Amino acid sequence: MSKTTPPDAASKRRTKAMAPAPAAVAPVRARTALSIRAVRHEDLDAVIEMDAMVTGIHKRDYWNSLYRRYADAVATGHHFLVATAGSEVIGFVIGEVRDWEFGSQPCGWVFAIDVRPDARLMGAATQLLQAICQRFRRAGVSKVRTLLARENTLILSFFRSQGMMISPFIPLEMDLEQ
Amino acid sequence: MKLQQNTRLALFSLLEFAADPQRQIPAAEIAQKYGVSSHHLAKVLAELSRVGMVQSVRGVGGGYRFIGNARRLTLMDVISRFEDVLPVEGNHSEATPVGRALASVLSEIDAIAKASMSSITLETMLRIVERQQAASAAPAAPKAKPSKH
Repeated sequence: MSKTTPPDAASKRRTKAMAPAPAAVAPVRARTALSIRAVRHEDLDAVIEMDAMVTGIHKRDYWNSLYRRYADAVATGHHFLVATAGSEVIGFVIGEVRDWEFGSQPCGWVFAIDVRPDARLMGAATQLLQAICQRFRRAGVSKVRTLLARENTLILSFFRSQGMMISPFIPLEMDLEQ
Repeated sequence: MKLQQNTRLALFSLLEFAADPQRQIPAAEIAQKYGVSSHHLAKVLAELSRVGMVQSVRGVGGGYRFIGNARRLTLMDVISRFEDVLPVEGNHSEATPVGRALASVLSEIDAIAKASMSSITLETMLRIVERQQAASAAPAAPKAKPSKH
């Protein structure tokens, strides 16, 4: 029987939903080269704004806490990357390598990925995912996983298009109300 | 989830067309490849043509070609054209507690199947096909010795 170890808050969170994309992509950004790099403190405002577009909540304390845990934490297998177009932050991905949880071999977990709605269809999410997977590979793992709501067909389709398949694990839950 | 034959034929045909959207593929070619009668396949292709997923091209060298958006068209979009896709909330018409419990478990399976079918586009399917072809073409890895328990 597999060992079930409760994950910490980060890996329990479901992968973030991407808000619906607008009808057209801003043409200026479409011509701007993308680059992927580790998050910097000055990027947080853009990340918080992007998250608020999806969730409707500005969670500054939460994002500051996440930044402290994930920025400059490559040695511990934590990754918080941003995609930039010119000087603008247009997307981010967060993930980490977790060892032996749920009875599994060490593997990479992507628990948040988002791209600004007006910067979709430029391949930013693909580049973010590829970048974090590359870091997972360097850490010696050969599998990447994520978890998201099955109603979230937009991001499910994205992960599927990247080659992700249903994993051998089944998420379970129950109500704790009496 | 078991798909009816017409649904499977629709998916096979669309994937053949979408793999090479510039080419007009005769229905007979698809029928031969999948071992079905051209007459049977014609009904399926007529429906795909009616809903604007393929276009029929008449005359010498004619056939069908894909005119949909392979990055947007999902398996569920196709399946729902050919068979009833039931809601996943469970069968509330079950009269007994056992019946309702069984319906509840079966609805879990339907919900997962529906989520999968709704999130896989034709383009993603074509990538899965490519990966499987590449895996088949690759030299087989040596078999691991069975471990003793």
